[in-house]
Parts: sequence; structure tokens; C-alpha cells
Amino acid sequence: MSYTLTTAREIRQLTLRCIHSQGSGHVGGSLSIADLLAVLYDKFMKYDSTQPDMQGRDRLVLSKGHSGPALYATLALKGFFPVEWLDTLNRLGTRLPSHCNMVLTPGVDMTAGSLGQGLSCACGLAVASKLSRDKAHIYCILGDGELQEGQNWEAAMYAGAKGLNNLTVFVDANGMQIDGTTKEVVNVEDIGKKFRAFGFDIARVNGHDHEQLSDAIAKALKSKKRPVCIVMDTIKGKGVDFYEQMGIAVHSTSCNDEQYEQAMQLLK
Amino acid sequence: MELRKAYVAKLLELMQKNKKIVILDADLAAAGGTKPIYQQFPKRAFDVGIAESNMTCMAVGMSAYGYIPFIHSFAPFCSRRNFDQIAVSISYSEQNVKIMAFDPGITATSNGGTHMTFEDVAMMRALPNIVVMDIVDWVQMREALPQIANHKGSVYVRMARKQTEQLFDENTYRFKLGKADKLSEGKDITIISTGCLTIDASRAVQRLKEQGINAELLCMATIKPLDEQAVLQSAKKTNAVLTVENHSVHGGLYSAVTELLSREYPCRCDAVAVYDRISQVGSLNDLKRDYHLTEQDIVDKAVALVNSKRK
Repeated sequence: MSYTLTTAREIRQLTLRCIHSQGSGHVGGSLSIADLLAVLYDKFMKYDSTQPDMQGRDRLVLSKGHSGPALYATLALKGFFPVEWLDTLNRLGTRLPSHCNMVLTPGVDMTAGSLGQGLSCACGLAVASKLSRDKAHIYCILGDGELQEGQNWEAAMYAGAKGLNNLTVFVDANGMQIDGTTKEVVNVEDIGKKFRAFGFDIARVNGHDHEQLSDAIAKALKSKKRPVCIVMDTIKGKGVDFYEQMGIAVHSTSCNDEQYEQAMQLLK
Repeated sequence: MELRKAYVAKLLELMQKNKKIVILDADLAAAGGTKPIYQQFPKRAFDVGIAESNMTCMAVGMSAYGYIPFIHSFAPFCSRRNFDQIAVSISYSEQNVKIMAFDPGITATSNGGTHMTFEDVAMMRALPNIVVMDIVDWVQMREALPQIANHKGSVYVRMARKQTEQLFDENTYRFKLGKADKLSEGKDITIISTGCLTIDASRAVQRLKEQGINAELLCMATIKPLDEQAVLQSAKKTNAVLTVENHSVHGGLYSAVTELLSREYPCRCDAVAVYDRISQVGSLNDLKRDYHLTEQDIVDKAVALVNSKRK
């Protein structure tokens, strides 16, 4: 098993540990991005967990901020803060609120939670990086349902028009949102074509295939003129069969003692 | 001098000294007068097109990088169009963005109706981590701007772009963020004014003097945080407080002052403000008359307050 697969498994374990500490949470969309986070933090992100504010570091905007537990699991695994913090999710005074807060959590580069703002923030980071010539790369993770928020397209239009080639956008295309499938609610496809029309280079990958993810990111980092959008086909709840089979209910669901134990067996 | 000219001239001066200052516009650089900045600092000036939400959040990204972004638009697009962006990405995230809100309230004149904000101070006051200001004239803008830039945190600044009438002496005026300017001493009534109507309030004070009423005039450019000491000190002396603002009576200067006084020193208060009216188009003077924001309205309410105190 390659080391990124091990990391992804550990991210899933710790994500569920984090959500289990509350008994419920945003399980589905957290598990669906675990592979991307493993590949990014193992192979691509430039960071120093002992200096979370290091100048010139790459930045990640988790615009689908409700998937905070997956990012917290990753950051804990990489040493940004003690793993025990994961057990404090959403408790009063915690450093780990369900939706990411850049003020509270070491390693969180941008606040998110009110969907649709993250890509604009990422554009600002990309512009600022160019201005300071620090050669950082800016990554932004959007949900597919989130693309229904209009501000994304304001930001995409800007990034494409201005050729922000230091920006890579991932769309976690798990096909589900709270009220139904994205197809049923308001169809967001064809995501790639939309981003291409806004001036992005695009790729579409299996979001759980580390080789495909790695190849697409490596290519994106070489982009000379355009921002890149990598659409990831994913499964909400990926890695735990009973969550994968839950359908739209997995967006925010329980992780009680029994479910947690069962999931840990599956993720061994 | 037009306020926007003084603003841009001072900002250019600050940008020369401080390389971290950047500006963003949303297709109103020509209206706001910031075009010269695009010529002088093309790499530090960003016109994002007609997309205020994107402008605001891009500024957040730049602030997170250590830059000091100034964003510009008409007051309604800076405030109500952007409220969630400001609440989540600026206030909650403790970022350092300067929000320059042009032509607030009746100063929107012929753009009024859709472009007229009587509620923006109320909205911004309700958010933590944001200083809220309303600027009187070009001199106050010139003096306040370095402090706005240096303040570690976000600031919402109301300013009429084209206002030319001058209140403060350009040679002697000194501004202090968060502090009231005492423009006249008096013992009969305290008048607290903010923004463009401070000029009318100042004339009203002269008229009151002719009627034997000595009014103390405080110019409260910084509405939040309020200079509580100045308000209390004056109210304890006069026992009557009249606020004057180019904003709704709900949630603006009157609310800020009476929230304090009801807690610390209840006394007679009234407001020259917009009383739950919708916005409309018109000339500045016609709008002042229609919304009862004139010098005469200030005099009338001040006299009534003083008389009610004597009963």
C-alpha cells in the first residue's frame, strides 16, 4: 500500500473519531475528500506544521467548510496540533468548530462555512502570492452542490480572465446535497465545461484514485497561463460501506459508538 | 475640495510609504475617483468588475496574506449586498479590510432609491471587530485616513464622494480615531452629529446661540466604538441630547448614544434622522427637507428638547 493510501485511511479514522466525539456530524462530505487531502499533504502542499503561519507556504481553502473534520484529522496527523483536540469538536470553547475558522485552528488558511465565498478568498490569496512573489500555490476545494452559489462564478470569471495559474480548484463531485442529488435539485453538470468556459484548464479524475489525483495535480502545478479545475468524481461517505450506502442522508448523520466501532473495523 | 479627491491624494501618499496597501474596485473606480491609483500603482490596484461579493472576499484573501486592502463601492453595495461576506469572512475571521462606502444616505441624491442606504450603520454596528465611521469633509478624511490604514482591523467608512463644503480648518484640525471632536462648548443641550450633516448642525448651533441657547456640539466621526466618555461628560452637563445623522433612526448614531445613556445616564434625547422612510431620488437639499434633516429641523428639535427640560 502506498503511503498516501495509509494516510487517507488514517484521515478517515481520525475524521470519524472527531465526529464520534459529538455523536454526529458531516460524515459524508468529509470522507469523500479524505483521499485528496492525503495526496495534497503527503505529496504537494508546502508547509511546516511547527510554523503554521510560515511565509511562502501553500494555502488550502476548504470552501465546503462543513468538511472541517477531515481537514482537522489531516492537520492533527501532520502535527499542527495534538490529536486529542479532535475529541473537542463543537464543544464550547473548542479550537475545532464544525466549519473551519482560520482564527482558531493552526493550519486552517481560510474561514469557510457560508458556501460560495471560498473561491473568491482563494483568488485573493493567489493574487497576493503573485504580488509578494513567494511562489506559493493556492488550492481550493469546492463542493458540487456549492456551485449553485453565484459568487463562485464571479470568482471563476476573475481567475480565468486574469490567468491565475497559481490556483488549483477541486470540485468534490459526489453528486449529493442536502435536499437530494445535485441532478434532482438543480443540476450542476457539466462542471468541467462550465469551468473551461470561464477560462480554466480542466481535468476529471476518480477522486479516490491517488495516481489519477497526483497526475492531475502535478500537471496543474505546471500550468503557465490558466487556473486549473480538477473535477473529482467521489462517493459521499467513501471508505465505510454503510455510510456509502446511506444516500443523501450521509451529509450529516450519526456516528454513535456502534457505528464508530464498525467503521474502525472496516478501516483497519 | 471634493472628498474623493482628498481621499485618493492621501491614499496615494500612504501607498508610497506602505507597500502593503492595495486597492480593489468593482467597476466604480471612475466614479470613486481611484483611477489615478491604477496609473501610479498598477500592480497594487484591482478592478474585479461588477462583482462586489468577489471583491470583498478577494480582499479577505489579500488581508490573510498580510496586505491592507481598501475596497470601494457605493454604500449599498459595500454593505447590504455584502453583509454575509463581511460577517463571515471579515468580522468572524478577524481580517483587516477597509471598506470605503461612497455616497451613504441622502448623498446618493439622483442615484437614490435603490442606491440609498439608511441602514448600513445599523448593519455594521451589529458586527464585532469593525470600526464604523461617517466622514464630514475632506479635511477630516485627510486626517483620518492614516489612522484608518494603521488600525489593526477592519473599518467601514461612509463618505460622500462629491461633497465640497468644508467644516474643519485644514491647518489646525487634528483627528483621533474613536474620539469625538468638541466643536462648541455649551451647557443647555448636547448635539452629537456624524457625517455630512455635521455642517448643518454647526450652523444650527450658531442659530441657537442667537436665541440664547448654548449648545455643545460633538462631532462623532467614529460611531463604533463610541466615545462614551465624551457623550457622558457632556450629557451630565446638559441633561439633553440631540443626535444628528444621515441614517435611519434605527440602529445608527441615535441608537448608539441612547443605548449608552439609558444604561449610564438616562436623560432627555431626540434625533434628527430618517424615521422609517424608504429611500428616493432628489437633490441633496430637497432630500434634506423631505426627510427633515435640515439646519432648521436641528434648531427646532433642539429648542423643543431644551423647553421640555425646563418644564
